[in-house]
Amino acid sequence: MPQKKTYALPNIVSPANPVIFNPDICNGCNTCVEVCQIDVFIPNPEKGKPPVILHPDECWYGGCCVNECPCPGAISFNWPVQQRAYWKDKATGKVLRDSSR
Amino acid sequence: MTKWHDLLDKNGRAPSWPYPIRYDKEQEVETDVLVIGGGIAGCWAAISAARTGASVALVEKGDTIRSGAGGPGCDHWCNAPANPLSNVDPDEWAQHMAEPPYSNGIGTQIQCRENWDTLLEMEQMGGKIRDTDDDFVGAIGRDDKSKLMISPRYTKVHSYIPGMIKPKVFKSNPEGKLNNVVIRVWGSTFKPALKNECKRLGVKIFDRVMVTSILTEKGVQGARVVGATGFSNRTGQFMLFKSKAAVLATAGDWSLYVLNTELAGYNTFRSRNITGDGAAMAWRAGAALTAMERSGILMLGTGYKHTWYGGAGDASYENVPLVDAAGKRIPWPTQGWEDAGAMRPSPEEMEKITKAVQSGEYALPFYGDFPAMPDVERRVTWNLMLTEESTTKNIVDSYGRAGFDPAKHLLQNYNFIEGSSLSQWRTAGGGGPVVDWDMKSTLDGLYVAGEQVFSAGDHSFAASTGRYAGRKAAAYSKQVGAGAVSRDRIALEKARIYAPVTRSDGIDWKELHAGIARAMQYFCSEYKTERLLRMGLDALKEIEEVHVPRLYALDPHKLMRSLEDLSLLEHGRIILEASLARRASSRQLNFFRIDYPEVDPPEWNKFVTVRLENNKVVAGELPFDYFGDMKASYEAHNRDYAGVYQGK
Repeated sequence: MPQKKTYALPNIVSPANPVIFNPDICNGCNTCVEVCQIDVFIPNPEKGKPPVILHPDECWYGGCCVNECPCPGAISFNWPVQQRAYWKDKATGKVLRDSSR
Repeated sequence: MTKWHDLLDKNGRAPSWPYPIRYDKEQEVETDVLVIGGGIAGCWAAISAARTGASVALVEKGDTIRSGAGGPGCDHWCNAPANPLSNVDPDEWAQHMAEPPYSNGIGTQIQCRENWDTLLEMEQMGGKIRDTDDDFVGAIGRDDKSKLMISPRYTKVHSYIPGMIKPKVFKSNPEGKLNNVVIRVWGSTFKPALKNECKRLGVKIFDRVMVTSILTEKGVQGARVVGATGFSNRTGQFMLFKSKAAVLATAGDWSLYVLNTELAGYNTFRSRNITGDGAAMAWRAGAALTAMERSGILMLGTGYKHTWYGGAGDASYENVPLVDAAGKRIPWPTQGWEDAGAMRPSPEEMEKITKAVQSGEYALPFYGDFPAMPDVERRVTWNLMLTEESTTKNIVDSYGRAGFDPAKHLLQNYNFIEGSSLSQWRTAGGGGPVVDWDMKSTLDGLYVAGEQVFSAGDHSFAASTGRYAGRKAAAYSKQVGAGAVSRDRIALEKARIYAPVTRSDGIDWKELHAGIARAMQYFCSEYKTERLLRMGLDALKEIEEVHVPRLYALDPHKLMRSLEDLSLLEHGRIILEASLARRASSRQLNFFRIDYPEVDPPEWNKFVTVRLENNKVVAGELPFDYFGDMKASYEAHNRDYAGVYQGK
């Protein structure tokens, strides 16, 4: 087991991850912070790093943060599990789902 | 490292608030025209006012670049009968649209007369309204000369529902050609273009500022509007706006009956920010409001149902045939060319479908059969319409990333399997300030536009009424001097809005929100009686007296959410008062009273109005046609209308 400091924290709000940042691509320009209607994000205290997701429970899944991002791949959309779509392959009849992580 | 607790782990402490805290600072702004709300209507109001030479301040809770219900995008420019491909007369179409009771004939007439001009101005600013890249050559409705793309929506009649609304032959379209009144647009290009134009015209934009009250002359309720107060939801700084005219371009209230604040967000068409602030402010200032007793059932989106794009028979499935799990076609309209844009099955057809589901004739779940469509129509629906609609570009992108290919895959539909909506989970809204032919409220100096208007329409309604209200407000501002704000009133407002940050314990905004929603669910929902409605008023009074004084906010953002709760509380009170004033039931208003069960009795076919005078509720009424003959009245009030903007 990895050694990790354990804090006394309240439950994590749900949904917690409306988007996922790729820290290797994101340059911390904070465009997403500015285009979000409802301030889901705040700038990272460390310059050049991806913003902090502070209010994920207020996200309306408008998607502007992802659509406006100037660094392709830096931020991607992440539907909560219960909102993920199902579909079916017409040729095989196999039922599929948005199982991306 | 993107989560709050990750920072905690790294630094051993919570991150500091990222913006300077300025609760005790005040900024004063003087302007000719103040626009409250920077969505579609607000931006258009600011632009049209600024184009007359007036100084304009635009105040927005989020950031004007993408704020408002139409901020992310817009796929249909509806009810544009003045467009060159239309086969119906604008005034006749407006009349048709305003036929249902409780319609707003003023806003509708403005939309039908001016939204084509508005769209051309959108194009001037850089918005994309034509298939200039020839991506959809061969699609039904595409005009190869103008490259405009007509949508199948409203091709025969407005909001067509078979069995409930009959197709109609218009005098101006005796041969019954398709009406061609709805245009597909690339609306994701609109909002940044609007913000740029505001900046270019010198509009002073105040983003991340919540307006909390409308100021009247000397603080007298019902007097002329002379400004507004607000605060920054990032720094907490107090804002004082002094204006000669104001345009209220806030939105409705979609969360009043929604108990759970977390589940409310999933693609609701309306963001968390939309909390009835405008109606609450206008009410406190003394404006008359109408149709406030109307409510709707939560249908689209929200975490309580599946996301709206999963439902066939709604816009997302335009022209997509619906099949059962065995591939059998379901007689469910597609809002498409083949069924004249019909929105849902007739009641008889719906009963047949339900029986067939229960007997096993139709196997659940249903699917949208994208692969069965011609390639160009599939692309129009999936790649144009869904990519440009308000919040749905991320659907196309994220589904695509997850492997969904509309040429190969049927998308699941959630009819039946997700169950019915509970009637206590409602959308408030549909009401708003009474307006005249200047889009002026009953208060001098206060104009109203967009969704804030009673019985408002959609994106193009917001755009065209915003553009209209902006020019009327600017004209008024040139006739009047500066008004006198009341310093006493401002001091009271400061005490009201900053109270939650003086506390660090009590109840938070989420709990208060749920408490207010519960009171509305119990006392102003499916079953209404005088006793229940009065109990609702008492319940809100108890919340105001006992729980509001316990409300605490730890930062300016939570302060905004807390004050939104107070707007919700006020909004609930207005709805209860309006519900008490209507002593009859009404199907159109989704309003049913047990003690007055007769539905739409003729003597109640009128608008009920409510307003405050010396903080006492005054109920009144207006006839359905209080705005007079729509065509004649519009023309009488717009002799100087100059059409599409020709200036710099």
